Amino acid sequence: MSAYDIERLSRLIGMLPPAPAAWIGAAQELPQARRELDGIVARAEADAEFRRALIADLEGALRAEGVEPTWPLLDELRRRVNG
Amino acid sequence: MEAARDDGAAAARGPAALSAELPDARLVAQCRSGDEEAWRALVERFSRYVYAISVQAFRLPEHDAEDVFQEVFARVYERLETLREDEAVRPWIGQLTRRLCIDRLRAGSRETVEDADELPETAADDVLSQIEEAFDVHDAMAGLPENCREILDRFFARDESYRTIGDALGLPAGTIASRISRCLDKLRDVLAVRD
Repeated sequence: MSAYDIERLSRLIGMLPPAPAAWIGAAQELPQARRELDGIVARAEADAEFRRALIADLEGALRAEGVEPTWPLLDELRRRVNG
Repeated sequence: MEAARDDGAAAARGPAALSAELPDARLVAQCRSGDEEAWRALVERFSRYVYAISVQAFRLPEHDAEDVFQEVFARVYERLETLREDEAVRPWIGQLTRRLCIDRLRAGSRETVEDADELPETAADDVLSQIEEAFDVHDAMAGLPENCREILDRFFARDESYRTIGDALGLPAGTIASRISRCLDKLRDVLAVRD
């Protein structure tokens, strides 16, 4: 790395602003969300009515479990309940 | 043993401290062992990097950038076991982010134009290389006292005014400029040692 003048240093610090807090929070909660997902899938396998309701509203089901329905999670849930 | 004690102390101060203090390889190893605090720290450490690649280098609109962001971390979480060298986590995440940004641009261009090949699919290389350099600078900021880290981050990365910073940190607004200047000097010293 070459020597830094103040202007360059300032610009480089400014190049990495924080990502929105909600995005970070959702990603940090992934391990918990995966566990919730496993629980939802297990319940869907045991309860046909719950499964029908789940397929009709995947996003609502995740929200009801306190999980932010990001698209990778929705995609995985869709794949697992339809698979 | 000393390192283990340090890890424990950092973990007790939360993901930001863990992210600032643990080397990449150790953070990855702790994530792989199922340590959820380490996972939170890993997200904390690379969140700005992933965000900057998608928004600044590839200029993705916010909703696409959010999808890429979540997809990157979902894949990292799922595939951490496949990473061959723990210290290579940053280039791995960088490559994954760039690939997902390109996929997103391709998908968008298919929807809006007939000839998707005519659209630029790669980000400006100079922006990507500046993001890498910016990551190194932020990494070096971990070697500064916390008040310096905070003041530099608030002013340059969060674009906060002297007054806002002064109110948040309980400092007279008139002293912020000189504190920033001193902290930049310290940061230059840290970077000089690292070189």
